[in-house]
Amino acid sequence: MSMLANFDFASFFAVAAAIVIGLYVVLDGFDLGVGILFPLAPRASDRDAMMATLEPFWDGNETWLVLGGMVLLGAFPLAFAILLPAFYVPLCLMLFGLVIRGVAFEFRSQGGRFQIVWSATFAAGSFIAAFCQGAVLGAFVGRNITVSDGAFAGGPFDWLGLFSLATGLGVVAAYGLLGACWLVWKTSGSTQNFGRELMLPTLLCAGAAILLISVWTPFAKPQIAERWFAWPDFLWLTPLPIIAFLAGIGILLTRWSEREWVPLALSLLLFVTSLAGLGASVWPEAIPGVMTIWQASSMHRTQVIVAGAVVIIVPIILAYIGYGYWLFRGKTKPVPEFPPR
Amino acid sequence: MDQLLLSRLQFAFTIGYHILWPAFTIGIAWFIVVLSALWLRTHNAVYQHLVRFWTKVFALAFGMGVVTGVVISYQLGLNWSGYARATADAIGPLFVMEVLTAFFLEAGFIGVMLYGQERVGEKLHFVACLIVAIGTVISAFWIISANSWMQTPTAFTTTADGRFVATDFWGVVFNPSMPYRLAHMIAASFITGGFVVTGVSAFWLWRGRPADQPAARKAFSVCLGLLAVLMPAQMLIGDQHGLNTRKYQPMKLAAIEARWDTARRVPINLIAWPDEKAERNDYALEIPLLGSLILTHSLNGEVKGLKEVPASERPPVLPVFLAFRVMVGCGMLLLAVAFTGLYLRWRGRLYTTRWYQIACMGCVPLGFIATLAGWVVTEVGRQPYVIYGHFRTAEAVSPLATGAVAGSMAVAFVLYNCLLLVFFWYAGRLAWRGPMSGLPTHPAVPLATVAAALGQIPQATGGAK
Repeated sequence: MSMLANFDFASFFAVAAAIVIGLYVVLDGFDLGVGILFPLAPRASDRDAMMATLEPFWDGNETWLVLGGMVLLGAFPLAFAILLPAFYVPLCLMLFGLVIRGVAFEFRSQGGRFQIVWSATFAAGSFIAAFCQGAVLGAFVGRNITVSDGAFAGGPFDWLGLFSLATGLGVVAAYGLLGACWLVWKTSGSTQNFGRELMLPTLLCAGAAILLISVWTPFAKPQIAERWFAWPDFLWLTPLPIIAFLAGIGILLTRWSEREWVPLALSLLLFVTSLAGLGASVWPEAIPGVMTIWQASSMHRTQVIVAGAVVIIVPIILAYIGYGYWLFRGKTKPVPEFPPR
Repeated sequence: MDQLLLSRLQFAFTIGYHILWPAFTIGIAWFIVVLSALWLRTHNAVYQHLVRFWTKVFALAFGMGVVTGVVISYQLGLNWSGYARATADAIGPLFVMEVLTAFFLEAGFIGVMLYGQERVGEKLHFVACLIVAIGTVISAFWIISANSWMQTPTAFTTTADGRFVATDFWGVVFNPSMPYRLAHMIAASFITGGFVVTGVSAFWLWRGRPADQPAARKAFSVCLGLLAVLMPAQMLIGDQHGLNTRKYQPMKLAAIEARWDTARRVPINLIAWPDEKAERNDYALEIPLLGSLILTHSLNGEVKGLKEVPASERPPVLPVFLAFRVMVGCGMLLLAVAFTGLYLRWRGRLYTTRWYQIACMGCVPLGFIATLAGWVVTEVGRQPYVIYGHFRTAEAVSPLATGAVAGSMAVAFVLYNCLLLVFFWYAGRLAWRGPMSGLPTHPAVPLATVAAALGQIPQATGGAK
């Protein structure tokens, strides 16, 4: 234990939380994205195929969100206790969006007359959840959170602003892009073509949003501008936007490629670099302008236990989640289990 | 209405709706494991039909449990940020462990369980069912452990700024009331799930459609056999849990019994209407001495009364008192039904007694009602504390605008009730169609022919009589 006495757990958890949230964003991102594209699907059979590609995975993807929340609780309880009430409205809306989307999965598969209602519910839930996640992200980076005596002291709509609306829509578009790339990888025929066609509009929207956010944040907060344009940080950080830009161009060029995994891989790269850019803007603050990750941390004992659990168990989880993806590899066959009556 | 009361109502409502699903799915998951094992051993087609049928129902309920559970995990911080801040260093790791060791396990293998049958073969499919079932119990383990620590906190110190810090991780996990609470909850889940299976099977028997009979008889018989053991076991566990509550949460026990004065050789209140202002019970029907005997296992045992502490330290008496009687009443009824099943089995009339089938159908909601009532006893009985004796509910609540809490409460109320109705609709439709609806039957072929083809027709006609 004495070895661990001087270990910087706060930095460890900040990186761990970033990885978990990143995993959540790319994994649930593609399945929320499929939901966002749902209303645009030309045929009911395409919607069946789209849904079928997600069925074995969505529950596991969503679990990363719960893990993210609980790791924040275990590692940065003081920030957790301020951020959640501060984002009460968008987080509640996000949860309700995830609720209706999750049950739509189950009920839509039962078939029957009301299937169209469940398709609409699925799409609406996906959109609401994605938009709220983007809005929370934007509010976290770009807006000031009022705190007094270690507790949130602002109003329920402090998070709302042009910037958080823009990031909300940006995340919707970016998830749409991930969803389109996922469909190209997992389906064939008309559904695949539908995915390919949607890559261009979603990429343009997501690219515009990322560009807007990249330009806007340094102006919104001088400390972020300082971070990005100060030497030598500039040297380390410039590759991020360059890689993101190249990834975007890559998706544009490989939209109709025979190698169907390439656009998905490139869009994942685009996501990772964008998230890393945001993380670099915020580091090392747990709540921008209020407290650092060290001030927000839990006690040393708690950190040791949580870190131990994460380090030992997450690789095992990744192994069997990977097994699941391998098991359901290849194109999804949109065959209903039993023919509807 | 003030923000604290609204937050409490909202949490009671969302967790009350959530608990219905685990209470059901834990039992059903293990029932599916039993059925899969029987299918693997015997390759009797009846088991396969039952596995298919109950897996479909399980999938619906599991989905409901997952989505309402995600809400709960975030509500800890959304509505109860004071609680999150104060307790993260004691029970925060337990929530992390629940996600890492249970949620991922369930989520990772539910896909294989529901959609992977052809891809993995029947042995691995059985393993997936088993892992999901184990996951449900691990999840219950951590969450009941956290809840028990809030009831009987041990192995912690407090900091100057009011945070609870664990001094021993396993001391927190295995706190004094945890084993009783876990056993009580798991048994409750088995019983709740078991009576749903029994009720649905009774419906198939009662309707008398020949093709359904073999599956209905098997499920009916297996479940009633298990319940005849589980019901008395649950009574024993409950009794032990009561002794534990008397030791660690005397005021909760006093509220359960509506006992105002500390005394020995106390009677038990069968029914009464506790009057909290006057500190007495109206319309009480008492049985002398039985209170001490049940609560302390001794005729001369002392039971603490609510007047031991000032009124501000007492839990609300009326809801706790009534909820306890609802729980025990449901338990008595279910015990009677389970033992009647034993008697009918002995007389050889288990599958043919019509009134008993109707009684079993009527028992379907009782397990849920008893579970909810039990949670009211446990959670309301802990008031006015979140962490019994140490941290008040009023300190735990988030600094939120009343309108925001009222808004989320209203949305949750409408949404959850709609979802429950929709679940009843789809699950009811599955039950109505019966266990054989998964068969690839041609519409022109009557179901009786299918049953004959399966070689089950002699048994089936016998059951229709």
